[in-house]
Amino acid sequence: MVKRSTWSLPYFIFMVVFVVLPLLLIVLYAFQDGAGHFTLSNITRFFTDSDSLQTFALSIEVALENTLICILLGYPAAWILSNRKLNRSAVTVMLFIMPMWINALMRTLATAELFNMLGFTLGKGTLLFGMVYDYIPFMIYPIYNILMKMDSSYAEAAEDLGATPWKVFWKVTVPLSMPGVMSGVLMVFMPTVSTFAISEFLTNNKIKLFGTIIQENINSSMWNYGAALAFIMLIIIGLTSLMGDNKQAEAEGGLI
Amino acid sequence: MKKVLAKAYLYFLLALLYAPLLFIAIFSFTESRVLGSWTGFSTKLYANLFTGGMNGGSALTSAVINTILIALIAAAVSTLLGTVAAIGIHNLKGRKKQTMQLLNNIPMINPDIITGVSLFLLFVFLKVSQGYATVVLAHITFCTPYVVLSVLPKLSQMNPNIYEAALDLGATPAKALWKVLVPELRPGMVSGFILAFTMSLDDFAVTFFTRGTIGLDTLSTYIYADARKGGLTPELRPLMTLIFLIVLILLIVINVRQEKTKKKYSK
Repeated sequence: MVKRSTWSLPYFIFMVVFVVLPLLLIVLYAFQDGAGHFTLSNITRFFTDSDSLQTFALSIEVALENTLICILLGYPAAWILSNRKLNRSAVTVMLFIMPMWINALMRTLATAELFNMLGFTLGKGTLLFGMVYDYIPFMIYPIYNILMKMDSSYAEAAEDLGATPWKVFWKVTVPLSMPGVMSGVLMVFMPTVSTFAISEFLTNNKIKLFGTIIQENINSSMWNYGAALAFIMLIIIGLTSLMGDNKQAEAEGGLI
Repeated sequence: MKKVLAKAYLYFLLALLYAPLLFIAIFSFTESRVLGSWTGFSTKLYANLFTGGMNGGSALTSAVINTILIALIAAAVSTLLGTVAAIGIHNLKGRKKQTMQLLNNIPMINPDIITGVSLFLLFVFLKVSQGYATVVLAHITFCTPYVVLSVLPKLSQMNPNIYEAALDLGATPAKALWKVLVPELRPGMVSGFILAFTMSLDDFAVTFFTRGTIGLDTLSTYIYADARKGGLTPELRPLMTLIFLIVLILLIVINVRQEKTKKKYSK
């Protein structure tokens, strides 16, 4: 067979230029002042600015709550969808993924308008609901995927050995589906922290999340501070994906 | 009983998920400028959409065309680049393979805003003026990993002997590639292409940061600017309804066909 390993070379070069170099540039800009000299002031500015810190804390809080609600609502749905006795139609599964094909901004705006019409004041509550709307398909799908692939003989063995259905669920099904949950968490948590536009629409500009302040700084040409904020986000991404052992989650949860 | 409860739960969630979409669809049949106020049944917005007599002028039309063109180009290039890359990665071993897989994972883990900001800084750093080309490059960057992940499993499922047999029977490597390898990989390439196409269609943040200041709008950035001005272009409602219907019909057709072929094989 002809040596085909060299075929990965173009992609390798592409990735270095368009993925690795840009990430390094975030770090570079984060530690530079406007004139290109090394400085720590961008980072210290974040830690001493109570507005940025508050936004940051709020973003983490909203993201945690959103992730938790998505798991609580999404896990049972994924479990029902994957259970052959309860659901035999692939169309139902598809209906859950479908909204992802509709422009997210448009869906979010419609959600906000719906809240308006029903008389809810736009604020933290509507923000959270809207976030769950937007992200729950990303939680359901990986969990569903892993439950479908799961070898049913483990659960059967536990049953044969006398475990109650409840016990089988908690001691066998849930632990085996954790990689799917992790991959769902990765697809919900960080994107929530970093959304902009969505949070502005859902709260009528009352609540800003971390993504919004990054965008505002970049757009008003404060690249260095914007890069510093992006750098802080990169560190959190590194931490969350280390915790989640993402390689396994990505491989087993599958994306679509 | 259990089954009824389970079904009820699923339909409850679906009702929540589809409420905003249904809301748009209903109000696409009234002329009111503001979403949520009903001023009587009318199909004028649909008519406007097709005759081009829109409230927002031709900006919406060009945003739609841009969105589709960018998605088509990005998906096509990603599919080519990703398939070649997947063949390469499949044949790598040990450390090198791990490095490539790790690199491939980075754009998927990065939130859109990080991809957007980092590419924005790249183009600023390289002093590239931003516009169509930078948006397309940016889209290729976040789409290709999904193609790689769609094609890789097809490579490991494939029997490598078929390819060698073709060579033994006198096919040139190019011919063996085209007649043996590509047909085997085609399902992975197709699903990779579709995935890349939809990711590109739906993107907002990356486009937002890499489109520069030449006034290039895709559907997402158009909607964003529109909403900030206050008041959406009413024609967006019928547009979204139509997109929704087209996607729904396509997905149902694909699913029904898949289920039919499955049944055929299981008989």
